[in-house]
Amino acid sequence: MENRFQRQIKLKELGIEGQSRLQSSKVLIVGAGGLGCPALLYLAAAGIGRLGVIDFDRVELSNLHRQILFSVGDIGAFKAEKAAAHICHLYPGADCEAFSYELTNQNALELFSQFDIIIDGSDNFATRYLVNDACVLLGKPLIYGAVSRMEGQVAVFNLPTKKTPQPVNYRCLFPHPPQPGEAPNCEESGVLGVLPGIIGLMQANEAIKIIAGLEPVLANQLLSYHALTNRVYTIELTWIPEALQVAPMDEQAFRNMDYAWFCGKRSEKTIPAAALGDWLSERSWLVVDVRNAGEEPRLEASPYLQIPLPLLVEHLPMLEGYSQVLFFCQTGIRSAQAVDLLAQVAPHIAAFSLEGGILAWHKHLIS
Amino acid sequence: MEITVLTFGQITELTGLAEWKEAGIADTEALRHKLEQQFEGLSRVKYAMAVDKKMIISNTPLADGAVVALLPPFSGG
Repeated sequence: MENRFQRQIKLKELGIEGQSRLQSSKVLIVGAGGLGCPALLYLAAAGIGRLGVIDFDRVELSNLHRQILFSVGDIGAFKAEKAAAHICHLYPGADCEAFSYELTNQNALELFSQFDIIIDGSDNFATRYLVNDACVLLGKPLIYGAVSRMEGQVAVFNLPTKKTPQPVNYRCLFPHPPQPGEAPNCEESGVLGVLPGIIGLMQANEAIKIIAGLEPVLANQLLSYHALTNRVYTIELTWIPEALQVAPMDEQAFRNMDYAWFCGKRSEKTIPAAALGDWLSERSWLVVDVRNAGEEPRLEASPYLQIPLPLLVEHLPMLEGYSQVLFFCQTGIRSAQAVDLLAQVAPHIAAFSLEGGILAWHKHLIS
Repeated sequence: MEITVLTFGQITELTGLAEWKEAGIADTEALRHKLEQQFEGLSRVKYAMAVDKKMIISNTPLADGAVVALLPPFSGG
Protein backbone atom coordinates (compact mmCIF):
# COMPACT_ATOMS: atom_id res chain seq x y z
CA MET A 1 0.00 0.00 0.00
CA GLU A 2 1.29 3.43 -0.86
CA ASN A 3 2.10 5.56 2.11
CA ARG A 4 3.27 9.17 2.26
CA PHE A 5 6.13 8.16 4.51
CA GLN A 6 7.16 5.02 2.62
CA ARG A 7 10.63 6.25 1.68
CA GLN A 8 11.62 7.24 5.18
CA ILE A 9 10.05 4.14 6.74
CA LYS A 10 12.36 2.19 4.40
CA LEU A 11 15.33 3.68 6.25
CA LYS A 12 16.52 0.97 8.59
CA GLU A 13 17.41 3.66 11.14
CA LEU A 14 13.81 4.86 11.25
CA GLY A 15 11.45 2.08 10.24
CA ILE A 16 7.80 1.80 11.19
CA GLU A 17 8.66 2.21 14.84
CA GLY A 18 10.45 5.54 14.23
CA GLN A 19 7.69 6.78 11.96
CA SER A 20 5.10 5.96 14.55
CA ARG A 21 7.09 7.93 17.14
CA LEU A 22 7.16 10.94 14.79
CA GLN A 23 3.42 10.71 14.32
CA SER A 24 2.75 10.71 18.04
CA SER A 25 5.14 13.58 18.84
CA LYS A 26 4.39 17.26 19.47
CA VAL A 27 6.79 19.99 18.40
CA LEU A 28 6.50 23.74 18.98
CA ILE A 29 8.33 26.20 16.76
CA VAL A 30 9.04 29.61 18.22
CA GLY A 31 9.09 32.13 15.38
CA ALA A 32 7.63 31.64 11.90
CA GLY A 33 10.65 33.32 10.36
CA GLY A 34 13.67 32.28 8.33
CA LEU A 35 14.40 29.32 10.63
CA GLY A 36 10.83 28.48 11.61
CA CYS A 37 9.42 28.25 8.06
CA PRO A 38 11.75 25.53 6.72
CA ALA A 39 11.73 23.65 10.05
CA LEU A 40 7.94 23.66 10.13
CA LEU A 41 7.62 22.63 6.49
CA TYR A 42 9.92 19.62 6.77
CA LEU A 43 8.64 18.50 10.17
CA ALA A 44 5.11 18.57 8.76
CA ALA A 45 6.27 16.66 5.69
CA ALA A 46 7.95 14.07 7.94
CA GLY A 47 4.64 13.45 9.67
CA ILE A 48 5.09 15.02 13.12
CA GLY A 49 1.79 14.41 14.89
CA ARG A 50 1.17 17.84 16.28
CA LEU A 51 2.90 21.08 15.35
CA GLY A 52 2.55 24.49 16.94
CA VAL A 53 3.97 27.76 15.69
CA ILE A 54 4.04 30.95 17.72
CA ASP A 55 4.73 34.38 16.21
CA PHE A 56 2.97 37.71 16.64
CA ASP A 57 4.61 39.35 13.62
CA ARG A 58 2.99 39.99 10.29
CA VAL A 59 4.42 39.11 6.88
CA GLU A 60 6.51 41.84 5.23
CA LEU A 61 7.85 41.98 1.69
CA SER A 62 11.46 41.88 2.96
CA ASN A 63 10.75 38.51 4.68
CA LEU A 64 10.01 36.63 1.49
CA HIS A 65 13.57 35.82 0.39
CA ARG A 66 13.95 33.46 3.34
CA GLN A 67 10.54 32.85 4.91
CA ILE A 68 9.45 30.39 2.29
CA LEU A 69 5.96 29.58 3.54
CA PHE A 70 4.69 33.05 2.57
CA SER A 71 3.70 34.60 -0.71
CA VAL A 72 3.34 38.20 -1.85
CA GLY A 73 -0.39 37.92 -1.21
CA ASP A 74 0.27 37.17 2.49
CA ILE A 75 1.83 40.57 3.19
CA GLY A 76 0.22 42.12 6.26
CA ALA A 77 -1.21 38.83 7.54
CA PHE A 78 -0.12 37.07 10.75
CA LYS A 79 2.86 34.85 10.01
CA ALA A 80 1.81 32.03 12.34
CA GLU A 81 -1.65 31.81 10.78
CA LYS A 82 -0.37 31.85 7.22
CA ALA A 83 2.33 29.29 8.03
CA ALA A 84 -0.16 26.90 9.65
CA ALA A 85 -2.67 27.40 6.82
CA HIS A 86 0.04 26.60 4.26
CA ILE A 87 0.92 23.38 6.09
CA CYS A 88 -2.73 22.34 6.27
CA HIS A 89 -3.10 23.08 2.56
CA LEU A 90 -0.10 20.87 1.70
CA TYR A 91 -1.10 18.06 4.06
CA PRO A 92 -4.86 18.00 4.61
CA GLY A 93 -5.67 16.77 8.07
CA ALA A 94 -2.32 17.91 9.51
CA ASP A 95 -2.53 19.13 13.09
CA CYS A 96 -0.74 22.47 12.92
CA GLU A 97 -1.87 25.19 15.29
CA ALA A 98 -1.01 28.88 14.99
CA PHE A 99 -0.45 31.03 18.08
CA SER A 100 -0.51 34.59 16.78
CA TYR A 101 0.45 36.34 19.97
CA GLU A 102 3.65 37.39 21.64
CA LEU A 103 5.50 34.75 23.61
CA THR A 104 6.04 36.12 27.11
CA ASN A 105 7.15 34.79 30.47
CA GLN A 106 3.48 34.90 31.46
CA ASN A 107 2.31 32.44 28.77
CA ALA A 108 5.44 30.41 27.86
CA LEU A 109 5.23 27.66 30.49
CA GLU A 110 1.61 26.84 29.76
CA LEU A 111 2.21 26.77 26.00
CA PHE A 112 5.48 24.82 26.14
CA SER A 113 4.03 22.18 28.44
CA GLN A 114 1.71 21.08 25.62
CA PHE A 115 4.71 20.03 23.47
CA ASP A 116 7.57 17.51 23.68
CA ILE A 117 10.28 19.53 21.95
CA ILE A 118 10.77 23.27 21.46
CA ILE A 119 12.54 24.69 18.41
CA ASP A 120 13.92 28.20 18.86
CA GLY A 121 13.70 30.16 15.63
CA SER A 122 13.32 33.54 17.30
CA ASP A 123 15.14 36.66 16.21
CA ASN A 124 16.18 38.40 19.42
CA PHE A 125 18.16 37.64 22.55
CA ALA A 126 15.38 38.42 25.04
CA THR A 127 13.20 35.69 23.51
CA ARG A 128 16.13 33.28 23.32
CA TYR A 129 16.84 33.57 27.06
CA LEU A 130 13.12 33.35 27.82
CA VAL A 131 12.69 30.20 25.70
CA ASN A 132 15.79 28.67 27.28
CA ASP A 133 14.68 29.32 30.84
CA ALA A 134 11.19 27.96 30.19
CA CYS A 135 12.68 24.77 28.71
CA VAL A 136 15.04 24.37 31.68
CA LEU A 137 12.15 24.76 34.14
CA LEU A 138 9.98 22.28 32.24
CA GLY A 139 12.80 19.86 31.39
CA LYS A 140 12.08 20.09 27.64
CA PRO A 141 14.71 19.54 24.95
CA LEU A 142 15.43 22.82 23.15
CA ILE A 143 16.78 22.94 19.62
CA TYR A 144 18.56 26.23 19.21
CA GLY A 145 19.28 27.83 15.86
CA ALA A 146 20.51 31.32 15.05
CA VAL A 147 21.92 33.14 12.05
CA SER A 148 23.95 36.23 11.34
CA ARG A 149 24.83 37.40 7.82
CA MET A 150 26.35 34.22 6.28
CA GLU A 151 26.87 32.14 9.40
CA GLY A 152 24.60 29.99 11.51
CA GLN A 153 24.65 28.09 14.79
CA VAL A 154 22.76 24.98 15.89
CA ALA A 155 22.70 23.27 19.27
CA VAL A 156 20.56 20.89 21.28
CA PHE A 157 20.15 22.08 24.85
CA ASN A 158 18.63 20.54 27.90
CA LEU A 159 18.77 16.97 26.65
CA PRO A 160 20.49 14.56 29.03
CA THR A 161 22.47 11.82 27.29
CA LYS A 162 24.45 8.84 28.55
CA LYS A 163 27.67 10.76 27.90
CA THR A 164 26.46 13.97 29.52
CA PRO A 165 23.82 13.34 32.17
CA GLN A 166 23.95 17.02 33.17
CA PRO A 167 22.72 18.77 30.01
CA VAL A 168 23.96 22.25 29.14
CA ASN A 169 21.67 25.08 28.16
CA TYR A 170 21.96 28.44 26.40
CA ARG A 171 23.05 30.19 29.59
CA CYS A 172 26.10 27.91 29.88
CA LEU A 173 27.20 28.91 26.38
CA PHE A 174 26.41 32.62 26.69
CA PRO A 175 25.92 33.53 30.37
CA HIS A 176 25.82 37.26 29.59
CA PRO A 177 23.46 38.59 26.92
CA PRO A 178 24.93 41.05 24.45
CA GLN A 179 23.80 44.61 24.95
CA PRO A 180 21.73 46.28 22.23
CA GLY A 181 23.76 47.02 19.14
CA GLU A 182 26.56 44.73 20.28
CA ALA A 183 25.47 41.81 18.09
CA PRO A 184 24.11 42.64 14.64
CA ASN A 185 20.59 41.52 13.68
CA CYS A 186 19.30 40.49 10.24
CA GLU A 187 17.53 43.78 9.72
CA GLU A 188 20.73 45.78 10.16
CA SER A 189 23.36 43.50 8.71
CA GLY A 190 21.46 41.33 6.27
CA VAL A 191 21.25 37.59 5.89
CA LEU A 192 21.62 35.26 2.93
CA GLY A 193 18.18 33.72 2.35
CA VAL A 194 19.41 30.15 1.93
CA LEU A 195 21.30 30.22 5.24
CA PRO A 196 18.34 30.12 7.68
CA GLY A 197 16.94 27.42 5.38
CA ILE A 198 20.01 25.27 6.01
CA ILE A 199 20.09 25.99 9.75
CA GLY A 200 16.31 25.58 10.15
CA LEU A 201 16.53 22.18 8.47
CA MET A 202 19.40 21.16 10.72
CA GLN A 203 17.09 21.99 13.63
CA ALA A 204 14.30 19.89 12.08
CA ASN A 205 16.79 17.06 11.58
CA GLU A 206 17.84 17.12 15.24
CA ALA A 207 14.17 17.11 16.27
CA ILE A 208 13.47 14.05 14.13
CA LYS A 209 16.50 12.21 15.53
CA ILE A 210 15.55 12.98 19.13
CA ILE A 211 11.95 11.85 18.59
CA ALA A 212 12.86 8.70 16.68
CA GLY A 213 15.62 7.83 19.14
CA LEU A 214 18.45 8.08 16.59
CA GLU A 215 21.95 8.84 17.79
CA PRO A 216 24.10 10.83 17.95
CA VAL A 217 22.24 14.11 18.32
CA LEU A 218 23.88 17.49 18.72
CA ALA A 219 23.31 17.46 22.50
CA ASN A 220 25.76 19.59 24.46
CA GLN A 221 27.49 20.72 21.30
CA LEU A 222 27.46 23.89 19.23
CA LEU A 223 27.74 23.56 15.48
CA SER A 224 28.75 26.60 13.45
CA TYR A 225 28.23 26.72 9.71
CA HIS A 226 29.58 29.31 7.26
CA ALA A 227 27.65 29.57 4.01
CA LEU A 228 30.50 31.19 2.08
CA THR A 229 33.39 28.91 3.01
CA ASN A 230 31.29 25.86 3.98
CA ARG A 231 33.29 25.70 7.19
CA VAL A 232 31.54 23.49 9.74
CA TYR A 233 32.99 23.70 13.23
CA THR A 234 31.55 21.84 16.19
CA ILE A 235 32.58 22.34 19.77
CA GLU A 236 31.69 20.47 22.92
CA LEU A 237 29.90 22.63 25.46
CA THR A 238 30.60 22.77 29.16
CA TRP A 239 28.12 22.89 32.00
CA ILE A 240 28.56 26.05 34.09
CA PRO A 241 26.70 26.08 37.40
CA GLU A 242 27.47 29.80 37.82
CA ALA A 243 25.58 30.62 34.62
CA LEU A 244 22.37 29.57 36.30
CA GLN A 245 22.72 31.93 39.23
CA VAL A 246 20.87 34.66 37.38
CA ALA A 247 18.40 32.23 35.80
CA PRO A 248 14.95 31.92 37.38
CA MET A 249 14.88 29.02 39.84
CA ASP A 250 11.15 28.39 39.72
CA GLU A 251 7.96 29.29 37.93
CA GLN A 252 7.30 32.37 40.04
CA ALA A 253 10.81 33.72 39.50
CA PHE A 254 10.41 33.08 35.77
CA ARG A 255 7.18 35.05 35.66
CA ASN A 256 8.88 37.91 37.51
CA MET A 257 11.82 38.14 35.08
CA ASP A 258 12.09 41.18 32.84
CA TYR A 259 13.76 39.65 29.79
CA ALA A 260 13.82 42.83 27.77
CA TRP A 261 15.62 44.54 30.60
CA PHE A 262 17.96 41.58 31.15
CA CYS A 263 19.01 41.88 27.53
CA GLY A 264 19.53 45.59 27.96
CA LYS A 265 16.68 46.73 25.82
CA ARG A 266 16.41 50.42 26.49
CA SER A 267 14.25 52.66 24.40
CA GLU A 268 16.33 54.94 22.25
CA LYS A 269 13.68 57.54 22.75
CA THR A 270 14.67 58.53 26.22
CA ILE A 271 15.21 61.93 27.71
CA PRO A 272 17.63 62.29 30.60
CA ALA A 273 16.27 63.44 33.95
CA ALA A 274 18.44 66.57 33.79
CA ALA A 275 16.58 67.67 30.65
CA LEU A 276 13.08 67.08 31.97
CA GLY A 277 12.59 70.64 33.27
CA ASP A 278 13.24 72.12 29.83
CA TRP A 279 10.92 69.59 28.17
CA LEU A 280 8.09 70.23 30.60
CA SER A 281 8.31 73.98 30.08
CA GLU A 282 7.52 73.51 26.40
CA ARG A 283 4.00 72.42 27.30
CA SER A 284 3.26 70.83 23.96
CA TRP A 285 3.79 67.45 25.62
CA LEU A 286 1.24 65.17 27.10
CA VAL A 287 2.90 63.70 30.19
CA VAL A 288 1.73 60.24 31.24
CA ASP A 289 2.56 58.30 34.42
CA VAL A 290 2.39 54.60 33.51
CA ARG A 291 2.78 53.39 37.11
CA ASN A 292 -0.10 51.85 38.99
CA ALA A 293 -2.36 54.10 41.05
CA GLY A 294 -0.86 55.04 44.39
CA GLU A 295 2.82 54.63 43.46
CA GLU A 296 4.95 57.41 44.95
CA PRO A 297 6.54 59.90 44.52
CA ARG A 298 4.33 62.04 42.34
CA LEU A 299 5.57 64.40 39.68
CA GLU A 300 5.06 67.89 41.09
CA ALA A 301 6.34 69.97 38.23
CA SER A 302 3.58 69.53 35.71
CA PRO A 303 0.03 68.31 35.20
CA TYR A 304 -0.07 64.77 33.88
CA LEU A 305 -2.31 61.81 33.19
CA GLN A 306 -2.08 58.47 34.94
CA ILE A 307 -2.58 55.38 32.80
CA PRO A 308 -1.08 52.16 34.22
CA LEU A 309 0.97 50.36 31.55
CA PRO A 310 -1.34 47.31 31.30
CA LEU A 311 -4.24 49.65 30.47
CA LEU A 312 -2.40 51.80 27.95
CA VAL A 313 -3.88 50.28 24.80
CA GLU A 314 -7.38 50.40 26.24
CA HIS A 315 -6.97 54.10 27.08
CA LEU A 316 -5.37 54.99 23.76
CA PRO A 317 -8.13 57.49 22.87
CA MET A 318 -6.89 59.68 25.74
CA LEU A 319 -3.64 60.18 23.83
CA GLU A 320 -5.24 60.99 20.52
CA GLY A 321 -4.86 64.61 19.46
CA TYR A 322 -1.36 64.82 20.90
CA SER A 323 1.61 64.50 18.60
CA GLN A 324 4.10 64.04 21.44
CA VAL A 325 3.85 62.02 24.63
CA LEU A 326 6.33 61.70 27.47
CA PHE A 327 5.95 58.56 29.58
CA PHE A 328 7.44 58.16 33.01
CA CYS A 329 7.40 55.50 35.73
CA GLN A 330 9.51 54.72 38.79
CA THR A 331 12.79 53.75 37.16
CA GLY A 332 12.29 54.03 33.41
CA ILE A 333 11.54 50.38 32.64
CA ARG A 334 7.79 50.51 32.21
CA SER A 335 7.94 53.88 30.45
CA ALA A 336 10.39 52.39 27.91
CA GLN A 337 7.93 49.55 27.36
CA ALA A 338 5.17 52.13 26.90
CA VAL A 339 7.25 53.80 24.18
CA ASP A 340 7.68 50.48 22.38
CA LEU A 341 4.00 49.68 22.76
CA LEU A 342 2.89 53.03 21.40
CA ALA A 343 5.24 52.63 18.45
CA GLN A 344 3.26 49.51 17.56
CA VAL A 345 -0.28 50.67 18.16
CA ALA A 346 -0.05 54.41 17.47
CA PRO A 347 3.11 55.09 15.49
CA HIS A 348 1.86 58.58 14.56
CA ILE A 349 2.42 59.75 18.14
CA ALA A 350 6.06 60.52 19.02
CA ALA A 351 6.67 58.88 22.38
CA PHE A 352 9.55 59.40 24.79
CA SER A 353 10.52 57.85 28.10
CA LEU A 354 12.04 59.53 31.14
CA GLU A 355 15.40 57.82 31.63
CA GLY A 356 15.83 56.45 35.15
CA GLY A 357 12.23 57.33 35.94
CA ILE A 358 10.90 59.71 38.53
CA LEU A 359 13.55 58.53 40.98
CA ALA A 360 16.24 59.93 38.68
CA TRP A 361 14.30 63.17 38.35
CA HIS A 362 14.06 63.56 42.14
CA LYS A 363 17.75 62.84 42.49
CA HIS A 364 18.43 65.52 39.89
CA LEU A 365 16.28 68.05 41.81
CA ILE A 366 18.22 67.41 45.00
CA SER A 367 21.66 67.64 43.41
CA MET B 1 55.22 27.42 20.10
CA GLU B 2 52.40 28.23 17.75
CA ILE B 3 48.63 28.20 18.09
CA THR B 4 45.79 28.74 15.61
CA VAL B 5 43.03 31.27 16.21
CA LEU B 6 39.61 30.80 14.57
CA THR B 7 36.99 33.54 14.62
CA PHE B 8 33.28 33.50 13.87
CA GLY B 9 30.52 35.99 13.09
CA GLN B 10 31.16 39.60 13.93
CA ILE B 11 34.53 38.74 15.49
CA THR B 12 35.79 37.85 12.01
CA GLU B 13 34.60 41.27 10.92
CA LEU B 14 36.40 42.95 13.83
CA THR B 15 39.68 41.11 13.29
CA GLY B 16 39.47 40.95 9.50
CA LEU B 17 40.57 37.31 9.52
CA ALA B 18 38.77 34.01 10.13
CA GLU B 19 41.96 32.05 10.85
CA TRP B 20 45.58 32.86 11.69
CA LYS B 21 48.55 31.73 13.75
CA GLU B 22 49.87 33.29 16.94
CA ALA B 23 53.19 32.56 18.61
CA GLY B 24 54.34 32.85 22.21
CA ILE B 25 50.90 32.83 23.85
CA ALA B 26 50.90 30.85 27.10
CA ASP B 27 47.21 30.67 27.90
CA THR B 28 43.73 31.79 26.86
CA GLU B 29 43.75 34.89 29.07
CA ALA B 30 47.00 36.04 27.49
CA LEU B 31 45.44 35.50 24.07
CA ARG B 32 42.28 37.38 25.04
CA HIS B 33 44.38 40.28 26.37
CA LYS B 34 46.55 40.43 23.24
CA LEU B 35 43.57 40.34 20.85
CA GLU B 36 41.60 42.93 22.81
CA GLN B 37 44.63 45.25 22.70
CA GLN B 38 45.08 44.63 19.01
CA PHE B 39 41.49 44.86 17.81
CA GLU B 40 39.40 47.87 18.67
CA GLY B 41 35.95 46.86 19.86
CA LEU B 42 36.69 43.21 20.72
CA SER B 43 36.51 43.89 24.47
CA ARG B 44 32.93 45.08 24.02
CA VAL B 45 31.79 41.88 22.31
CA LYS B 46 30.71 38.79 24.24
CA TYR B 47 31.94 35.44 23.02
CA ALA B 48 32.49 31.86 24.07
CA MET B 49 36.00 30.41 23.76
CA ALA B 50 36.88 26.86 22.83
CA VAL B 51 40.28 25.19 22.97
CA ASP B 52 40.68 22.18 20.71
CA LYS B 53 36.91 22.08 20.16
CA LYS B 54 36.02 22.13 23.84
CA MET B 55 34.42 25.17 25.42
CA ILE B 56 36.47 26.59 28.26
CA ILE B 57 35.16 28.35 31.35
CA SER B 58 38.40 29.53 32.92
CA ASN B 59 41.96 30.39 31.94
CA THR B 60 43.41 27.42 30.06
CA PRO B 61 47.06 26.77 29.14
CA LEU B 62 47.72 26.52 25.40
CA ALA B 63 49.92 23.72 24.13
CA ASP B 64 51.83 23.87 20.87
CA GLY B 65 49.39 23.40 18.00
CA ALA B 66 46.29 24.28 20.04
CA VAL B 67 43.30 25.68 18.15
CA VAL B 68 41.38 28.45 19.89
CA ALA B 69 37.93 29.43 18.61
CA LEU B 70 36.13 32.67 19.45
CA LEU B 71 32.37 32.28 19.03
CA PRO B 72 29.93 35.16 19.52
CA PRO B 73 26.17 34.64 19.92
CA PHE B 74 23.90 35.25 16.93
CA SER B 75 20.40 36.60 17.35
CA GLY B 76 18.93 36.29 13.86
CA GLY B 77 16.20 33.90 12.91
